[in-house]
Amino acid sequence: MLTIGGHTFNSRLFLGTGKFSSSAVMKQAIEASGTEMVTVALRRVDLDNPADDIMSSLDRNRCVFLPNTSGARNAEEAIRLAHLARAASGSIWLKLEVTPDPRTLLPDPIETLKATEELVRAGFIVLPYMNADPILALRLQDAGAAAVMPLGSPIGSNQGILTAFQIEIIIDQARVPVVVDAGIGAPSHAALAMEMGADAVLVNTAISVAGDPVAMARAFAQAVEAGRTAFVAGMGSRSKQAHASSPLEGTLATDLNFLA
Amino acid sequence: MFPSPDFQQLQQTIQDCTSTEVELALTARKPGIHDLAALLSPAAVPFLEEMARRSALLTAQRFGKAIQLYAPIYLSNYCTNRCAYCGFAANNRIARKSLTLDEAEAEAEILHKRGFQHILLVSGEAEDIVGVEYLEAIALRLRGRFAAVSIEVQPLSTAHYARLFKAGITAVAVYQETYNQEMYKEVHLAGKKTDYHYRLETPARVAAAGMREVGIGALLGLTDWRAEGLALGLHLAWLHKHFWSTGVTVSFPRLRPAAGGFAPLVPVSEQNLSQLIFGLRLFDPDVGLLLSTREEARYRDGMLGLGTTRYSAGSCTAPGGYSHPDQTDGEQFSVGDLRTMDEVRMAIAAKGFDPVSKDWDSAFQTGK
Repeated sequence: MLTIGGHTFNSRLFLGTGKFSSSAVMKQAIEASGTEMVTVALRRVDLDNPADDIMSSLDRNRCVFLPNTSGARNAEEAIRLAHLARAASGSIWLKLEVTPDPRTLLPDPIETLKATEELVRAGFIVLPYMNADPILALRLQDAGAAAVMPLGSPIGSNQGILTAFQIEIIIDQARVPVVVDAGIGAPSHAALAMEMGADAVLVNTAISVAGDPVAMARAFAQAVEAGRTAFVAGMGSRSKQAHASSPLEGTLATDLNFLA
Repeated sequence: MFPSPDFQQLQQTIQDCTSTEVELALTARKPGIHDLAALLSPAAVPFLEEMARRSALLTAQRFGKAIQLYAPIYLSNYCTNRCAYCGFAANNRIARKSLTLDEAEAEAEILHKRGFQHILLVSGEAEDIVGVEYLEAIALRLRGRFAAVSIEVQPLSTAHYARLFKAGITAVAVYQETYNQEMYKEVHLAGKKTDYHYRLETPARVAAAGMREVGIGALLGLTDWRAEGLALGLHLAWLHKHFWSTGVTVSFPRLRPAAGGFAPLVPVSEQNLSQLIFGLRLFDPDVGLLLSTREEARYRDGMLGLGTTRYSAGSCTAPGGYSHPDQTDGEQFSVGDLRTMDEVRMAIAAKGFDPVSKDWDSAFQTGK
């Protein structure tokens, strides 16, 4: 079972709440996905208003409410948003997003690390969105991040796991859960991330803009489960391909006749 | 902290491995701990050449055609422990000696002139004689002359390791000797070393103190070497996970004849040792693997390029033995490879490898 910040999750699919055609569709998609963690952009909701569309659609008994700092350009802005969110919602969960470039929305590693250090000190459960940089993942976990969230490809791009090589290293080294976030455009991408050993995936655009978001949410749930089952079953690490010869081979003496 | 491995369970896991699992381990892109169990198992014996081939390939890719050379300096053979297998054991009647700072420096000077840049300071456990102040003083004297100075002494506290790091010590070797708790009790008869857990936690303290590198190892000949190998793999993986910026090396000292006349409790053949080395190389392509002068020249030459990356050379295991080659009756064990540094160097070069004396720089640590 997946545990983050002391909380146990049955589902390894996390959902974003942006870009849905209505909060009613969003609510159905959340239910169909079986998710237990939903992230909400602080800039999109009015936490002080109980009738807020998005907030009133979330069943906080079933789902962890994970506010995110989408839109923050630096650590200072993200930290300010986080404190406001905690004051209004009572939640100490935070998905940290610091994206100074409004075109690519790629995360700023330096500001993200700074904000993580500070927010962990302030008692938040911090899940930083990050580029798939293995050393940064280690630095963030050392700073106290409850999980790391490397991107598969730029957010909203639906391009899948383009950073597979680095994500593999991150998974290999991490002491905290690894949640692949951003770029997951199809259930097969989510399945791949899970087969690689990711602890969870976070999906938004691929579900919210699908022809039938509710059916797509279900498809993602199935893909995540299939990928996880395959990983636990031990696939992926086995490859007959590794037998392929390399030019070095012939030059190395492996004669063991010297053994006594 | 690193959880003490259940030795019997490790043995069982290894014994249960089939040749299919060995084949899977050999073709795994990233062998895991279960693959290591398979590679160390009896089922892997028929695959030894294939293991050697893959180990050689990985070692060449990661380390190139180079072998790093180092030499030990024995500072003192006084010891408050009684370890059944060790020549320094408190109850053995050997010529006891501990080097003054000047004598230690003289030994170092000899090694320096022979071309060594990496030295390892070794001593028995006698805190009143070789304590942190003494080690610190030696480090301060030697660090300008050598690229790297390591220690293999009694376990210390994190604060003491931090102090020695500041004084110029780069790395610490501390071998568990055996991960089998019962066997550990049986051969560690008296002294501080009887505390299995304190020793087991030492590599983590070394890493926490900021040392660049920590060396782990098991003394082969006490108990099931296959399970020792799996325990080393577990310890290695745990250290990587918890101290990702600390390098780890592994040693495989096989018991050698020593004062006290302790005979190995289980035989460990060269073929066994080789399987262990190849298995760990396949499990961790990045780890430094040491092969000391405990092993004979023939074996060390044969193993060149197959997995190990560091060789000691021209070693004397008695304090003051380089300055007084005639006085070695206080040695820890008798070495198996008696060649000089130059002869070892030539043997390495003759096999097409570069004998590397310097692979570090004291400026990494002495820069304020």
